Amino acid sequence: MKALCWEGVNKLAVEEVPDPVLHNDQDVIVRVIAGTTCGSDLHLIGGYIPFMRSGDVIGHEFIGEVVEVGTGVRRHAVGDRVVVSSFVGCGRCWYCTHDMWSLCDNTNTNPGIGQALFGADTAGIFGYSHAMGGLRGSHAEYVRVPYADYGAFKVPEGVDDTSALFVSDSVPTGWMGADLAGVKPGDVVAVWGCGAVGQMAARAAILLGAERVISIDRIPERLEMTERHIGSEVIDYTATDVGAELRERTGGRGPDVCIEAVGMEAHSDNTLVHAYDQVKQRLRLQTDRPTAVRQAIHACRKGGTVFVLGVFAGAVDKFPLGAVINKGLTVRGAQQHGQRYIPMLLDRLAAGDLSTAHLATHSVSLDEAPRAYDMFKQKTDGCVRAVIRPNG
Amino acid sequence: MASRKSVWVAAAGLAGAAAVVHRSRTHASAPTSPDRWLTVTVNRDPSDVQADKLPSPLHDYGDRIETRISAAPGDRGTELAVRLTEPQPVATESMAARLAGADPRQDLRLALREAKALLETGEVMRPDAPTTHNTPGGRLVGLLSRRAGGEGVL
Ligand SMILES: NC(=O)c1ccc[n+]([C@@H]2O[C@H](COP(=O)([O-])OP(=O)(O)OC[C@H]3O[C@@H](n4cnc5c(N)ncnc54)[C@H](O)[C@@H]3O)[C@@H](O)[C@H]2O)c1
Ligand SMILES: [Zn+2]
Ligand SMILES: [Zn+2]
Repeated sequence: MKALCWEGVNKLAVEEVPDPVLHNDQDVIVRVIAGTTCGSDLHLIGGYIPFMRSGDVIGHEFIGEVVEVGTGVRRHAVGDRVVVSSFVGCGRCWYCTHDMWSLCDNTNTNPGIGQALFGADTAGIFGYSHAMGGLRGSHAEYVRVPYADYGAFKVPEGVDDTSALFVSDSVPTGWMGADLAGVKPGDVVAVWGCGAVGQMAARAAILLGAERVISIDRIPERLEMTERHIGSEVIDYTATDVGAELRERTGGRGPDVCIEAVGMEAHSDNTLVHAYDQVKQRLRLQTDRPTAVRQAIHACRKGGTVFVLGVFAGAVDKFPLGAVINKGLTVRGAQQHGQRYIPMLLDRLAAGDLSTAHLATHSVSLDEAPRAYDMFKQKTDGCVRAVIRPNG
Repeated sequence: MASRKSVWVAAAGLAGAAAVVHRSRTHASAPTSPDRWLTVTVNRDPSDVQADKLPSPLHDYGDRIETRISAAPGDRGTELAVRLTEPQPVATESMAARLAGADPRQDLRLALREAKALLETGEVMRPDAPTTHNTPGGRLVGLLSRRAGGEGVL
Protein backbone atom coordinates (compact mmCIF):
# COMPACT_ATOMS: atom_id res chain seq x y z
CA MET A 1 0.00 0.00 0.00
CA LYS A 2 0.98 3.65 -0.27
CA ALA A 3 1.93 5.68 2.80
CA LEU A 4 3.38 9.07 3.71
CA CYS A 5 6.82 8.53 5.23
CA TRP A 6 9.28 10.69 7.12
CA GLU A 7 12.56 10.59 5.25
CA GLY A 8 14.67 13.00 7.30
CA VAL A 9 14.38 16.52 8.67
CA ASN A 10 11.85 18.42 6.51
CA LYS A 11 11.66 15.52 4.03
CA LEU A 12 8.45 13.60 3.41
CA ALA A 13 7.81 11.09 0.64
CA VAL A 14 4.99 8.83 -0.48
CA GLU A 15 6.26 5.25 -0.48
CA GLU A 16 5.15 1.70 -0.99
CA VAL A 17 5.10 -0.17 2.36
CA PRO A 18 3.74 -3.59 3.38
CA ASP A 19 0.05 -3.64 4.36
CA PRO A 20 -0.54 -3.65 8.11
CA VAL A 21 -1.63 -6.91 9.71
CA LEU A 22 -3.39 -7.87 12.95
CA HIS A 23 -0.69 -8.43 15.58
CA ASN A 24 -2.99 -8.85 18.58
CA ASP A 25 -6.48 -10.28 19.10
CA GLN A 26 -7.84 -6.90 20.19
CA ASP A 27 -6.67 -5.11 16.98
CA VAL A 28 -8.68 -4.03 14.00
CA ILE A 29 -7.47 -2.89 10.58
CA VAL A 30 -9.00 0.36 9.35
CA ARG A 31 -9.16 1.53 5.75
CA VAL A 32 -8.41 5.23 6.13
CA ILE A 33 -11.08 7.54 4.72
CA ALA A 34 -9.37 10.77 5.77
CA GLY A 35 -6.57 12.03 7.95
CA THR A 36 -5.29 15.51 8.65
CA THR A 37 -2.12 17.50 9.18
CA CYS A 38 -1.64 18.41 12.85
CA GLY A 39 0.66 20.99 14.45
CA SER A 40 2.27 18.08 16.32
CA ASP A 41 3.48 16.61 13.02
CA LEU A 42 5.44 19.78 12.36
CA HIS A 43 7.56 19.12 15.46
CA LEU A 44 8.35 15.64 14.12
CA ILE A 45 8.98 16.76 10.58
CA GLY A 46 11.30 19.55 11.74
CA GLY A 47 13.42 17.07 13.70
CA TYR A 48 12.50 18.41 17.14
CA ILE A 49 11.53 14.94 18.31
CA PRO A 50 14.68 13.01 17.42
CA PHE A 51 13.26 9.52 17.63
CA MET A 52 12.17 9.14 14.02
CA ARG A 53 13.61 6.66 11.56
CA SER A 54 13.61 7.14 7.87
CA GLY A 55 10.62 5.30 6.44
CA ASP A 56 8.36 5.87 9.47
CA VAL A 57 4.72 6.43 8.45
CA ILE A 58 3.29 9.62 10.01
CA GLY A 59 -0.28 10.81 10.74
CA HIS A 60 -2.39 10.34 13.89
CA GLU A 61 -5.74 12.09 13.41
CA PHE A 62 -8.07 10.00 11.25
CA ILE A 63 -11.40 8.44 10.40
CA GLY A 64 -11.90 5.21 8.49
CA GLU A 65 -13.80 2.03 7.92
CA VAL A 66 -13.14 -1.21 9.79
CA VAL A 67 -12.08 -3.88 7.29
CA GLU A 68 -10.65 -6.61 9.53
CA VAL A 69 -11.36 -7.52 13.14
CA GLY A 70 -9.26 -9.51 15.64
CA THR A 71 -10.84 -12.42 17.51
CA GLY A 72 -10.83 -10.49 20.81
CA VAL A 73 -12.71 -7.45 19.50
CA ARG A 74 -16.22 -7.11 20.98
CA ARG A 75 -17.53 -3.68 20.02
CA HIS A 76 -16.66 -3.43 16.32
CA ALA A 77 -17.53 -5.20 13.12
CA VAL A 78 -16.35 -4.98 9.53
CA GLY A 79 -17.99 -1.99 7.88
CA ASP A 80 -18.13 0.27 10.95
CA ARG A 81 -17.26 3.90 10.19
CA VAL A 82 -15.02 4.90 13.06
CA VAL A 83 -13.08 7.87 14.34
CA VAL A 84 -9.99 6.76 16.26
CA SER A 85 -8.30 8.50 19.18
CA SER A 86 -4.73 9.50 18.30
CA PHE A 87 -3.55 8.01 21.63
CA VAL A 88 -3.86 4.29 22.14
CA GLY A 89 -5.31 3.25 25.51
CA CYS A 90 -5.62 -0.32 26.81
CA GLY A 91 -8.82 0.54 28.70
CA ARG A 92 -7.89 -1.45 31.80
CA CYS A 93 -4.77 -0.03 33.45
CA TRP A 94 -5.24 2.38 36.36
CA TYR A 95 -4.77 5.43 34.10
CA CYS A 96 -7.29 4.33 31.47
CA THR A 97 -9.84 3.37 34.12
CA HIS A 98 -9.38 6.87 35.60
CA ASP A 99 -9.91 8.54 32.20
CA MET A 100 -6.27 9.57 31.74
CA TRP A 101 -5.91 7.72 28.47
CA SER A 102 -2.75 9.38 27.15
CA LEU A 103 -1.00 8.06 30.26
CA CYS A 104 -1.85 4.40 29.53
CA ASP A 105 0.68 1.97 31.00
CA ASN A 106 0.40 -0.72 28.32
CA THR A 107 0.54 0.84 24.84
CA ASN A 108 4.03 2.25 24.39
CA THR A 109 6.18 -0.67 23.29
CA ASN A 110 9.36 1.35 23.90
CA PRO A 111 8.81 2.32 27.54
CA GLY A 112 12.50 2.73 28.34
CA ILE A 113 12.77 5.86 26.21
CA GLY A 114 9.95 7.73 27.96
CA GLN A 115 11.23 6.57 31.32
CA ALA A 116 14.67 8.00 30.55
CA LEU A 117 13.26 11.27 29.17
CA PHE A 118 10.31 11.92 31.49
CA GLY A 119 10.70 9.55 34.43
CA ALA A 120 7.77 7.45 33.17
CA ASP A 121 6.52 6.10 29.87
CA THR A 122 3.25 7.40 28.44
CA ALA A 123 0.74 5.95 26.00
CA GLY A 124 1.56 5.03 22.40
CA ILE A 125 0.43 7.34 19.58
CA PHE A 126 -0.05 6.59 15.91
CA GLY A 127 2.81 7.82 13.75
CA TYR A 128 4.57 9.77 16.44
CA SER A 129 8.14 8.49 16.74
CA HIS A 130 9.79 5.57 18.45
CA ALA A 131 9.77 7.45 21.76
CA MET A 132 5.97 7.12 21.66
CA GLY A 133 5.96 3.47 20.64
CA GLY A 134 6.80 3.62 16.94
CA LEU A 135 3.28 2.68 15.79
CA ARG A 136 2.61 3.29 12.13
CA GLY A 137 0.78 6.47 11.27
CA SER A 138 -2.55 6.93 9.52
CA HIS A 139 -1.46 8.75 6.36
CA ALA A 140 -1.69 5.43 4.57
CA GLU A 141 -4.33 3.38 2.84
CA TYR A 142 -4.68 1.16 5.91
CA VAL A 143 -3.70 1.31 9.56
CA ARG A 144 -3.74 -1.17 12.42
CA VAL A 145 -5.64 0.00 15.51
CA PRO A 146 -4.67 -1.81 18.74
CA TYR A 147 -7.21 -2.03 21.60
CA ALA A 148 -9.88 -0.96 19.12
CA ASP A 149 -12.76 -1.61 21.53
CA TYR A 150 -11.49 1.38 23.51
CA GLY A 151 -9.95 3.71 20.91
CA ALA A 152 -12.29 3.48 17.90
CA PHE A 153 -15.74 5.07 18.01
CA LYS A 154 -18.64 4.58 15.63
CA VAL A 155 -19.57 7.85 13.95
CA PRO A 156 -23.30 8.70 14.09
CA GLU A 157 -25.12 8.63 10.74
CA GLY A 158 -25.77 12.36 10.56
CA VAL A 159 -22.14 13.38 11.02
CA ASP A 160 -20.06 13.67 7.85
CA ASP A 161 -16.50 12.34 7.47
CA THR A 162 -14.71 15.68 7.48
CA SER A 163 -16.51 16.96 10.59
CA ALA A 164 -15.92 13.72 12.49
CA LEU A 165 -12.24 13.52 11.50
CA PHE A 166 -11.15 16.26 13.92
CA VAL A 167 -12.80 14.46 16.84
CA SER A 168 -9.83 12.09 16.65
CA ASP A 169 -7.34 14.58 18.11
CA SER A 170 -7.74 18.35 17.81
CA VAL A 171 -11.27 18.64 19.24
CA PRO A 172 -10.70 16.48 22.34
CA THR A 173 -7.36 18.23 22.87
CA GLY A 174 -8.98 21.65 22.94
CA TRP A 175 -11.88 20.38 25.04
CA MET A 176 -9.52 18.79 27.54
CA GLY A 177 -7.61 22.05 27.92
CA ALA A 178 -10.73 23.98 28.89
CA ASP A 179 -12.15 21.14 30.99
CA LEU A 180 -9.04 20.26 32.99
CA ALA A 181 -8.18 23.94 33.45
CA GLY A 182 -11.52 24.13 35.25
CA VAL A 183 -13.23 26.73 33.01
CA LYS A 184 -16.58 27.69 34.55
CA PRO A 185 -19.32 30.27 34.09
CA GLY A 186 -18.04 33.78 34.68
CA ASP A 187 -14.46 33.05 33.67
CA VAL A 188 -12.42 35.07 31.22
CA VAL A 189 -10.31 32.67 29.14
CA ALA A 190 -7.37 33.54 26.89
CA VAL A 191 -6.14 31.07 24.28
CA TRP A 192 -2.74 31.31 22.59
CA GLY A 193 -2.78 29.90 19.04
CA CYS A 194 -5.62 29.91 16.50
CA GLY A 195 -4.80 26.59 14.88
CA ALA A 196 -7.37 23.81 15.09
CA VAL A 197 -6.35 23.02 18.67
CA GLY A 198 -6.59 26.60 19.90
CA GLN A 199 -9.90 27.16 18.12
CA MET A 200 -11.38 24.05 19.69
CA ALA A 201 -10.12 25.08 23.13
CA ALA A 202 -11.81 28.46 22.68
CA ARG A 203 -15.05 26.82 21.55
CA ALA A 204 -14.96 24.44 24.51
CA ALA A 205 -14.44 27.36 26.90
CA ILE A 206 -17.52 29.07 25.46
CA LEU A 207 -19.61 25.89 25.75
CA LEU A 208 -18.41 25.41 29.35
CA GLY A 209 -19.85 28.82 30.18
CA ALA A 210 -16.92 31.24 30.01
CA GLU A 211 -18.06 34.85 30.10
CA ARG A 212 -15.44 35.99 27.58
CA VAL A 213 -12.94 34.12 25.44
CA ILE A 214 -10.01 35.91 23.81
CA SER A 215 -7.83 34.16 21.22
CA ILE A 216 -4.32 35.25 20.27
CA ASP A 217 -2.40 34.69 17.02
CA ARG A 218 -0.80 36.72 14.26
CA ILE A 219 -2.17 35.11 11.10
CA PRO A 220 -5.03 37.32 9.83
CA GLU A 221 -7.15 34.59 8.23
CA ARG A 222 -6.91 32.43 11.36
CA LEU A 223 -7.92 35.34 13.58
CA GLU A 224 -10.82 36.08 11.28
CA MET A 225 -11.88 32.42 11.23
CA THR A 226 -11.74 32.22 15.03
CA GLU A 227 -13.90 35.28 15.39
CA ARG A 228 -16.44 34.09 12.85
CA HIS A 229 -16.70 30.34 13.45
CA ILE A 230 -15.81 30.09 17.12
CA GLY A 231 -17.33 33.29 18.45
CA SER A 232 -14.19 34.32 20.32
CA GLU A 233 -12.68 37.79 20.58
CA VAL A 234 -9.19 37.97 19.08
CA ILE A 235 -5.86 39.74 19.52
CA ASP A 236 -3.17 40.04 16.86
CA TYR A 237 -0.03 39.83 18.97
CA THR A 238 2.07 41.56 16.33
CA ALA A 239 -0.19 44.61 16.48
CA THR A 240 -0.27 45.21 20.21
CA ASP A 241 1.21 44.31 23.58
CA VAL A 242 -0.67 41.15 24.55
CA GLY A 243 -0.22 41.56 28.31
CA ALA A 244 -1.41 45.16 28.28
CA GLU A 245 -4.32 44.34 25.97
CA LEU A 246 -5.46 41.47 28.19
CA ARG A 247 -5.23 43.63 31.32
CA GLU A 248 -7.26 46.32 29.64
CA ARG A 249 -9.96 43.84 28.60
CA THR A 250 -10.15 42.23 32.06
CA GLY A 251 -10.36 45.16 34.44
CA GLY A 252 -6.67 44.83 35.19
CA ARG A 253 -7.01 41.29 36.58
CA GLY A 254 -5.77 39.17 33.70
CA PRO A 255 -7.57 36.07 32.38
CA ASP A 256 -8.76 33.49 34.93
CA VAL A 257 -7.63 30.69 32.64
CA CYS A 258 -4.86 30.83 30.03
CA ILE A 259 -4.65 28.00 27.50
CA GLU A 260 -1.50 27.60 25.43
CA ALA A 261 -2.05 25.87 22.06
CA VAL A 262 1.16 26.81 20.26
CA GLY A 263 3.89 24.36 21.23
CA MET A 264 7.62 24.04 21.04
CA GLU A 265 8.15 26.01 17.83
CA ALA A 266 6.47 29.19 19.02
CA HIS A 267 7.17 32.37 17.14
CA SER A 268 8.18 35.48 19.07
CA ASP A 269 7.89 39.15 18.34
CA ASN A 270 10.79 39.93 20.62
CA THR A 271 13.67 39.37 18.20
CA LEU A 272 16.30 39.08 20.87
CA VAL A 273 14.46 36.48 22.95
CA HIS A 274 13.44 34.59 19.83
CA ALA A 275 17.02 34.48 18.53
CA TYR A 276 18.24 33.33 21.93
CA ASP A 277 15.64 30.57 22.11
CA GLN A 278 16.31 29.47 18.55
CA VAL A 279 20.06 29.26 19.01
CA LYS A 280 19.64 27.26 22.19
CA GLN A 281 17.12 25.00 20.49
CA ARG A 282 19.46 24.43 17.54
CA LEU A 283 22.32 23.58 19.88
CA ARG A 284 19.97 21.34 21.83
CA LEU A 285 20.74 23.29 25.01
CA GLN A 286 17.00 23.67 25.24
CA THR A 287 14.76 21.43 23.18
CA ASP A 288 11.73 23.71 23.03
CA ARG A 289 10.81 27.39 22.53
CA PRO A 290 8.27 28.27 25.24
CA THR A 291 7.37 31.83 24.14
CA ALA A 292 3.61 31.53 24.54
CA VAL A 293 3.86 29.62 27.83
CA ARG A 294 5.96 32.41 29.32
CA GLN A 295 3.50 35.02 28.10
CA ALA A 296 0.52 33.07 29.44
CA ILE A 297 2.11 32.79 32.87
CA HIS A 298 2.78 36.53 32.97
CA ALA A 299 -0.70 37.45 31.78
CA CYS A 300 -2.68 35.07 34.00
CA ARG A 301 -4.55 36.58 36.94
CA LYS A 302 -3.37 35.88 40.49
CA GLY A 303 -4.47 32.41 41.52
CA GLY A 304 -5.43 31.51 37.94
CA THR A 305 -4.70 28.44 35.85
CA VAL A 306 -2.37 28.00 32.86
CA PHE A 307 -2.94 24.92 30.75
CA VAL A 308 -0.26 23.82 28.30
CA LEU A 309 -1.74 21.98 25.32
CA GLY A 310 1.15 22.68 22.95
CA VAL A 311 3.58 19.81 22.68
CA PHE A 312 6.95 20.13 24.39
CA ALA A 313 9.52 17.37 24.31
CA GLY A 314 12.22 18.26 26.77
CA ALA A 315 13.76 21.17 28.61
CA VAL A 316 13.01 24.90 28.40
CA ASP A 317 14.96 27.90 29.49
CA LYS A 318 13.87 31.08 31.27
CA PHE A 319 10.77 29.48 32.72
CA PRO A 320 9.09 32.15 34.93
CA LEU A 321 8.88 30.05 38.06
CA GLY A 322 8.81 33.20 40.18
CA ALA A 323 5.50 34.24 38.65
CA VAL A 324 4.07 30.77 39.23
CA ILE A 325 4.79 30.73 42.93
CA ASN A 326 4.26 34.39 43.75
CA LYS A 327 0.98 34.67 41.84
CA GLY A 328 -0.18 31.31 43.17
CA LEU A 329 -0.81 29.84 39.73
CA THR A 330 -1.84 26.34 38.81
CA VAL A 331 0.15 25.15 35.79
CA ARG A 332 -1.03 21.99 34.10
CA GLY A 333 -0.53 20.21 30.84
CA ALA A 334 -1.49 16.95 29.18
CA GLN A 335 -1.52 15.03 26.00
CA GLN A 336 -5.09 14.44 24.97
CA HIS A 337 -7.32 11.90 26.72
CA GLY A 338 -9.40 11.33 23.57
CA GLN A 339 -11.38 8.32 24.75
CA ARG A 340 -12.74 10.40 27.66
CA TYR A 341 -14.33 13.01 25.41
CA ILE A 342 -14.97 11.51 21.95
CA PRO A 343 -18.49 10.09 22.55
CA MET A 344 -19.68 13.40 24.06
CA LEU A 345 -18.04 15.36 21.23
CA LEU A 346 -19.69 13.22 18.55
CA ASP A 347 -23.04 13.88 20.24
CA ARG A 348 -22.35 17.61 20.26
CA LEU A 349 -21.39 17.52 16.57
CA ALA A 350 -24.60 15.66 15.77
CA ALA A 351 -26.58 18.18 17.84
CA GLY A 352 -24.89 21.08 16.07
CA ASP A 353 -23.45 22.92 19.07
CA LEU A 354 -19.95 22.23 17.80
CA SER A 355 -18.75 22.54 14.23
CA THR A 356 -15.39 21.61 12.79
CA ALA A 357 -15.82 21.52 9.01
CA HIS A 358 -14.41 25.04 8.58
CA LEU A 359 -11.00 23.79 9.77
CA ALA A 360 -10.61 21.73 6.59
CA THR A 361 -9.30 24.47 4.33
CA HIS A 362 -7.70 22.01 1.89
CA SER A 363 -8.36 18.48 0.69
CA VAL A 364 -5.62 16.47 -1.03
CA SER A 365 -4.67 12.97 -2.15
CA LEU A 366 -1.82 11.04 -0.53
CA ASP A 367 0.47 11.93 -3.44
CA GLU A 368 -0.12 15.60 -2.73
CA ALA A 369 0.48 15.22 1.02
CA PRO A 370 4.16 16.33 1.08
CA ARG A 371 3.17 19.57 -0.62
CA ALA A 372 0.20 19.98 1.72
CA TYR A 373 2.47 19.63 4.74
CA ASP A 374 4.74 22.28 3.33
CA MET A 375 1.80 24.63 2.92
CA PHE A 376 0.56 23.80 6.45
CA LYS A 377 4.02 24.44 7.88
CA GLN A 378 4.45 27.77 6.09
CA LYS A 379 0.78 28.68 6.81
CA THR A 380 0.35 29.72 3.18
CA ASP A 381 -2.84 29.83 1.12
CA GLY A 382 -4.89 30.23 4.30
CA CYS A 383 -4.17 26.65 5.29
CA VAL A 384 -5.47 25.71 8.74
CA ARG A 385 -5.78 21.95 8.19
CA ALA A 386 -5.16 19.94 5.03
CA VAL A 387 -7.34 16.83 4.87
CA ILE A 388 -5.51 13.90 3.28
CA ARG A 389 -7.58 11.21 1.56
CA PRO A 390 -5.35 8.14 1.03
CA ASN A 391 -8.03 6.17 -0.75
CA GLY A 392 -9.12 8.99 -3.02
CA MET B 1 22.66 16.14 12.10
CA ALA B 2 21.89 17.82 15.39
CA SER B 3 19.09 15.43 16.21
CA ARG B 4 21.50 12.53 16.32
CA LYS B 5 23.22 14.26 19.19
CA SER B 6 20.02 14.36 21.19
CA VAL B 7 19.40 10.68 20.60
CA TRP B 8 22.76 10.12 22.26
CA VAL B 9 21.58 12.28 25.13
CA ALA B 10 18.70 9.88 25.55
CA ALA B 11 21.03 6.92 25.19
CA ALA B 12 23.09 8.40 27.98
CA GLY B 13 19.84 8.79 29.90
CA LEU B 14 19.05 5.11 29.47
CA ALA B 15 22.48 4.15 30.65
CA GLY B 16 23.24 7.14 32.85
CA ALA B 17 22.03 5.41 35.95
CA ALA B 18 24.58 2.67 35.37
CA ALA B 19 27.38 5.19 34.99
CA VAL B 20 26.50 6.68 38.36
CA VAL B 21 26.85 3.27 39.96
CA HIS B 22 30.41 2.92 38.73
CA ARG B 23 31.49 6.36 39.74
CA SER B 24 30.11 6.33 43.23
CA ARG B 25 30.33 2.63 44.01
CA THR B 26 27.43 3.07 46.39
CA HIS B 27 25.65 0.03 45.16
CA ALA B 28 22.94 -0.20 47.75
CA SER B 29 21.57 3.25 46.96
CA ALA B 30 22.18 3.28 43.21
CA PRO B 31 19.13 3.39 40.92
CA THR B 32 20.08 0.18 39.11
CA SER B 33 21.63 -1.66 42.02
CA PRO B 34 21.28 -5.41 41.50
CA ASP B 35 19.59 -5.69 44.88
CA ARG B 36 16.91 -3.21 43.94
CA TRP B 37 13.46 -4.66 43.29
CA LEU B 38 11.98 -4.11 39.84
CA THR B 39 8.40 -3.15 40.49
CA VAL B 40 5.13 -2.36 38.79
CA THR B 41 1.60 -1.72 40.01
CA VAL B 42 -1.05 -3.95 38.49
CA ASN B 43 -4.61 -2.64 38.28
CA ARG B 44 -6.07 -5.84 39.72
CA ASP B 45 -7.18 -6.91 43.14
CA PRO B 46 -4.40 -8.56 45.23
CA SER B 47 -6.37 -11.81 45.12
CA ASP B 48 -5.90 -11.84 41.32
CA VAL B 49 -2.11 -11.54 41.51
CA GLN B 50 -0.64 -14.70 43.03
CA ALA B 51 3.03 -15.62 43.12
CA ASP B 52 2.45 -19.16 41.85
CA LYS B 53 0.01 -18.10 39.13
CA LEU B 54 1.88 -15.28 37.43
CA PRO B 55 1.64 -15.19 33.62
CA SER B 56 4.14 -17.16 31.63
CA PRO B 57 7.13 -14.92 30.99
CA LEU B 58 7.52 -14.29 34.69
CA HIS B 59 6.29 -17.69 35.82
CA ASP B 60 9.04 -19.36 33.76
CA TYR B 61 11.70 -17.76 35.95
CA GLY B 62 10.74 -20.16 38.75
CA ASP B 63 13.12 -19.85 41.68
CA ARG B 64 15.57 -17.72 39.68
CA ILE B 65 13.59 -14.77 41.00
CA GLU B 66 12.19 -13.59 44.29
CA THR B 67 8.69 -12.16 44.17
CA ARG B 68 6.98 -9.71 46.49
CA ILE B 69 3.24 -8.94 46.17
CA SER B 70 1.35 -6.41 48.24
CA ALA B 71 -1.81 -4.33 48.06
CA ALA B 72 -1.20 -0.84 46.64
CA PRO B 73 -2.62 2.10 48.56
CA GLY B 74 -6.12 3.34 47.83
CA ASP B 75 -7.67 1.99 44.64
CA ARG B 76 -4.35 1.48 42.89
CA GLY B 77 -4.39 -2.28 42.71
CA THR B 78 -1.46 -4.53 43.54
CA GLU B 79 2.26 -3.89 43.73
CA LEU B 80 4.28 -6.64 42.07
CA ALA B 81 8.04 -6.67 42.62
CA VAL B 82 10.68 -9.11 41.43
CA ARG B 83 14.44 -9.46 41.51
CA LEU B 84 16.97 -12.05 40.47
CA THR B 85 17.93 -14.43 43.27
CA GLU B 86 21.55 -14.81 42.11
CA PRO B 87 23.81 -11.78 42.51
CA GLN B 88 24.81 -10.45 39.07
CA PRO B 89 28.35 -9.41 38.07
CA VAL B 90 28.86 -5.64 38.25
CA ALA B 91 29.82 -5.64 34.55
CA THR B 92 26.21 -6.37 33.55
CA GLU B 93 25.26 -2.88 34.70
CA SER B 94 27.58 -1.11 32.26
CA MET B 95 26.23 0.96 29.40
CA ALA B 96 27.95 -1.41 26.97
CA ALA B 97 26.26 -4.45 28.47
CA ARG B 98 22.89 -2.73 28.50
CA LEU B 99 23.18 -1.53 24.91
CA ALA B 100 24.21 -5.07 23.96
CA GLY B 101 21.14 -6.41 25.76
CA ALA B 102 23.42 -8.42 28.06
CA ASP B 103 22.04 -7.24 31.40
CA PRO B 104 19.74 -10.03 32.65
CA ARG B 105 17.60 -7.45 34.43
CA GLN B 106 16.44 -6.24 31.00
CA ASP B 107 14.73 -9.56 30.26
CA LEU B 108 13.28 -9.63 33.74
CA ARG B 109 11.95 -6.09 33.44
CA LEU B 110 10.37 -7.03 30.12
CA ALA B 111 8.80 -10.14 31.65
CA LEU B 112 7.46 -8.04 34.52
CA ARG B 113 5.90 -5.51 32.15
CA GLU B 114 4.41 -8.30 30.06
CA ALA B 115 2.97 -9.93 33.18
CA LYS B 116 1.31 -6.63 34.11
CA ALA B 117 -0.12 -6.18 30.60
CA LEU B 118 -1.42 -9.77 30.54
CA LEU B 119 -3.01 -9.46 33.98
CA GLU B 120 -4.64 -6.17 33.04
CA THR B 121 -5.61 -6.60 29.40
CA GLY B 122 -5.11 -10.25 28.49
CA GLU B 123 -2.51 -9.46 25.85
CA VAL B 124 0.87 -7.85 25.29
CA MET B 125 0.59 -5.18 22.63
CA ARG B 126 3.03 -5.92 19.81
CA PRO B 127 4.73 -3.21 17.74
CA ASP B 128 3.87 -2.83 14.07
CA ALA B 129 6.14 -4.44 11.49
CA PRO B 130 8.74 -1.81 10.59
CA THR B 131 8.57 0.25 7.39
CA THR B 132 11.98 1.80 8.02
CA HIS B 133 15.26 1.71 6.15
CA ASN B 134 18.64 2.16 7.73
CA THR B 135 20.47 5.46 8.09
CA PRO B 136 23.20 6.06 10.70
CA GLY B 137 20.89 8.10 12.96
CA GLY B 138 18.08 5.62 12.34
CA ARG B 139 20.20 2.64 13.39
CA LEU B 140 20.78 4.30 16.72
CA VAL B 141 17.06 4.96 17.23
CA GLY B 142 16.49 1.34 16.21
CA LEU B 143 18.98 0.08 18.79
CA LEU B 144 17.47 2.23 21.53
CA SER B 145 13.97 1.00 20.57
CA ARG B 146 15.08 -2.63 20.68
CA ARG B 147 16.45 -2.17 24.17
CA ALA B 148 13.64 0.11 25.37
CA GLY B 149 11.33 -2.80 26.20
CA GLY B 150 13.66 -3.97 28.95
CA GLU B 151 15.08 -0.62 30.00
CA GLY B 152 13.78 2.13 32.20
CA VAL B 153 13.53 3.28 35.75
CA LEU B 154 11.16 0.62 37.09
N1 LIG C 1 -1.75 18.01 23.95
C1 LIG C 1 -2.13 17.27 22.92
O1 LIG C 1 -2.58 16.15 23.06
C2 LIG C 1 -2.03 17.85 21.55
C3 LIG C 1 -2.80 17.32 20.50
C4 LIG C 1 -2.72 17.94 19.25
C5 LIG C 1 -1.89 19.00 19.07
N2 LIG C 1 -1.14 19.47 20.12
C6 LIG C 1 -0.24 20.61 19.99
O2 LIG C 1 -0.99 21.80 19.94
C7 LIG C 1 -0.23 22.80 19.26
C8 LIG C 1 -1.10 23.45 18.20
O3 LIG C 1 -1.51 22.50 17.24
P1 LIG C 1 -2.25 23.00 15.90
O4 LIG C 1 -2.55 21.80 15.10
O5 LIG C 1 -3.33 23.93 16.25
O6 LIG C 1 -1.01 23.76 15.23
P2 LIG C 1 -0.89 24.97 14.18
O7 LIG C 1 0.53 24.99 13.78
O8 LIG C 1 -1.93 24.86 13.14
O9 LIG C 1 -1.23 26.25 15.07
C9 LIG C 1 -0.33 26.91 15.92
C10 LIG C 1 -0.70 28.38 15.92
O10 LIG C 1 0.08 29.06 16.90
C11 LIG C 1 0.37 30.36 16.39
N3 LIG C 1 1.50 30.92 17.14
C12 LIG C 1 2.84 30.75 16.97
N4 LIG C 1 3.53 31.44 17.88
C13 LIG C 1 2.60 32.06 18.67
C14 LIG C 1 2.71 32.93 19.80
N5 LIG C 1 3.89 33.27 20.30
N6 LIG C 1 1.55 33.40 20.35
C15 LIG C 1 0.33 33.06 19.85
N7 LIG C 1 0.17 32.23 18.78
C16 LIG C 1 1.31 31.74 18.20
C17 LIG C 1 0.65 30.10 14.93
O11 LIG C 1 0.54 31.27 14.17
C18 LIG C 1 -0.43 29.07 14.59
O12 LIG C 1 -1.61 29.66 14.12
C19 LIG C 1 1.00 22.09 18.70
O13 LIG C 1 2.10 22.25 19.58
C20 LIG C 1 0.59 20.64 18.75
O14 LIG C 1 1.71 19.79 18.87
C21 LIG C 1 -1.21 18.91 21.34
ZN1 LIG D 1 -2.33 15.95 16.73
ZN1 LIG E 1 -4.24 1.70 29.75
